Amino acid sequence: MTKFLAPAALLALGALALTGCTDNNAAASADGSIAVTASDDACTLASATAAGGTLRFTVKNEGTKVNEFYLLAEDGLRIVGEVENIGPGVSRDLVVMAPEGSYFAACKPGMVGDGIRSPFTVTAAAAGQEVSADRAALQKTAVDQYAAYVKDQSQQLLAGTEDFAAAFAAGEEATAKELYPQVRMHWERIEPVAESFGDLDPILDAREADLEEGQEFTGWHRAEKDLWAPKGYTKMTQAQRQQIADGLVENTAELATRAQALEFTPDKLANGAKELLDEVATGKVTGEEEAFSHTDLWDFQANLEGAKIAYEDLAPLLKGTEDALDAELAQNFATLQEQLDAYRVGEGFKYYDQLSTAQVQELAAGVDALSEPLSRLTAAVVK
Amino acid sequence: MSETKNPGISRRLLLTGAGAGGAGLAVGALAAAAFGGQLPQKPAADTVDFYGEHQAGITTEAQDRMHIVGFDVTTKDRGRLIELLRDWTAAIEQMAAGRPVGGGGSYDAPPEDTGEAEGLSPAHLTVTVGFGRSLFLDEHGKPRFGLEGKLPEALIELPHFSGDMVEEARSGGDIVVQACANDPQVAVHAIRNLSRLGFGTVRVRFSQIGFGRTAKTTSAQQTPRNLFGFKDGTANILAEDADALAEHVWVGAGSDQPWMEGGTYLVARRIRMQIETWDRSSLREQENVVGRIKSTGAPLSGGEEFSEPDFAMAGSAGPLVPVDSHVAVLHPSAHGGARMLRRGFNYTDGSDGLGRLDAGLFFIAFVVDARTHFVPLQQAMSANDAMNEYLRHTSSGLYAIPPGIQPGQYLGQQLFEG
Repeated sequence: MTKFLAPAALLALGALALTGCTDNNAAASADGSIAVTASDDACTLASATAAGGTLRFTVKNEGTKVNEFYLLAEDGLRIVGEVENIGPGVSRDLVVMAPEGSYFAACKPGMVGDGIRSPFTVTAAAAGQEVSADRAALQKTAVDQYAAYVKDQSQQLLAGTEDFAAAFAAGEEATAKELYPQVRMHWERIEPVAESFGDLDPILDAREADLEEGQEFTGWHRAEKDLWAPKGYTKMTQAQRQQIADGLVENTAELATRAQALEFTPDKLANGAKELLDEVATGKVTGEEEAFSHTDLWDFQANLEGAKIAYEDLAPLLKGTEDALDAELAQNFATLQEQLDAYRVGEGFKYYDQLSTAQVQELAAGVDALSEPLSRLTAAVVK
Repeated sequence: MSETKNPGISRRLLLTGAGAGGAGLAVGALAAAAFGGQLPQKPAADTVDFYGEHQAGITTEAQDRMHIVGFDVTTKDRGRLIELLRDWTAAIEQMAAGRPVGGGGSYDAPPEDTGEAEGLSPAHLTVTVGFGRSLFLDEHGKPRFGLEGKLPEALIELPHFSGDMVEEARSGGDIVVQACANDPQVAVHAIRNLSRLGFGTVRVRFSQIGFGRTAKTTSAQQTPRNLFGFKDGTANILAEDADALAEHVWVGAGSDQPWMEGGTYLVARRIRMQIETWDRSSLREQENVVGRIKSTGAPLSGGEEFSEPDFAMAGSAGPLVPVDSHVAVLHPSAHGGARMLRRGFNYTDGSDGLGRLDAGLFFIAFVVDARTHFVPLQQAMSANDAMNEYLRHTSSGLYAIPPGIQPGQYLGQQLFEG
């Protein structure tokens, strides 16, 4: 946290040095943030100028309508940064990176119209605080790359699911068991995306305990339980297996279709990466996800890969601005991968129930080590 | 408080020949002997009335600490069970008044009171006793302890809720005893001594310590924060709100079991929080999950802590208070006006072996009927609440809390003799 706040603190010094003798800066708070007072008919900034780098606007809505605050580029069109959904009486911060130039600040009471605008000037950045002039282009490249990855994984998931479903329905257990962890990796790589479809996720990926009394148990884990049947379990009939298989294919096809049309933003990518590690922390490293097959390390690997892809797509946004975070993430991704590689067996991994307590603890610590800096990625890429 | 009316003369007191009337003197002498006469004068303030229309520990201003325990009754003898309830009543009365349990004893016998609360303030100790469904029916559905026809309809078996990871060994129980105090040692002392009185009649099924209150129950109290760092229980039913208590908490005259009139139902859920993943989520995510501002407790629709949330206030993409936020999913307006008297506590039980805190909320709520005031809300929560991502329900319990008693009665007398 201290590390994260450091640039803002530097900025504060810079801003004071540049504008400290003018009245403009009088209402800027001690932490270098620029106070914005928004009401239903006014938008007052404590300062109309700041030094380039990371800017923090603290926007207080003193009106009765829901408000928004924007920093717009010189053309008055391109959004450099925005904060939405500021309820009456609520204060929100906008943290944004802006290079030297002319801008507009705008409040938008009631979330309609062009807003109440005023010119805003960003002066030269303090040494070491230079900002790339075109972060928007870097952000677009990142989300386009990730969207392509999601499309590709969802199509591979569909193809693999068809193979698995056919083997499962036909009672070819050895084939189905071999395919199960491999195909699920496509799901696990894009798990936050899959989970964002609130109707499909429980049908396809619910564990038995996730269900309410009376809800039907379907999807991957239904098949898992049948393939790796626990003691006292009555195996499904061929007709029942066919039904589960058909449901898997049908709903995965729907998911793949919807995934083609998904739109991403940098914060979605970064939050998705963090959520993938959360999944590892709460479901995989505990062995709860694959209660019957114990193929949790396949899921672990896939979650890790999915998070790494999102991070790598976003990494250009960290260069020059968050180098320390970038280096820490690169290092911790590599370290956790090395830890996981120790459990590779052939094309796959050891089963979770073959791990010792000490090994699980070591993996859990590695997950925590990566998760902590990863949780700072969103704030670093949206500004 | 009268001692001469004390109905629950403990077995030990009877055996040693000391009547309740002489207990205070005897204990004073014992304590002075045991501690060499060096004890400071115990303050007499900081007590909560034990007797009354309702049991203490429900509308009592929420104390800071709790020790709750679930017992299973091991005897088949109704008489022994009643005898224990008498003993407990006597002991609770003594402890609530800041006195040690029991009376004088032989130098060659273990002290009747375990001693660790000596010299401490009573710390507003309350002890609340209730009965689980399994006290009335055994696992085959056969009545126990001659309680045929006494099982309230509302004392249901709580269903499995989506995502529940309930551990049986932490759940249920024939009898629940909740001790609350502003001093953890006083609460633990109460449970320890009641458990001791129960050996041979009951056995401890689970026990749980809560270290910080997560609810306010009087208007004078500040709203406390739970381990998510958010204010909890902003909209709680308060002791001063007699109408809300009558509607949502106390069982009235019209229920199927007259012995429950003036009683209530206690719902207990040990809710583990995924503390580490929560701590890594952005403030935006945290506030959207709760539906409130973390710093002030105000709803995302604006205002201050006690402003009513405006669920219709539109933001750029859906309502400002997200439809899957905790406050939106559980607000009384979404549940026919049903409200609870929440009286839960933060807990931590060390770590889980993977280096994470085993910590969360020991949820306690008092409601008039769990079928209308808990089950539908919990179903909505487990199905729709964004907070589920960070929660794990590891225990579940529902208990009938009989009404309060007057001097001369014992806890639960309305059930056994009503």
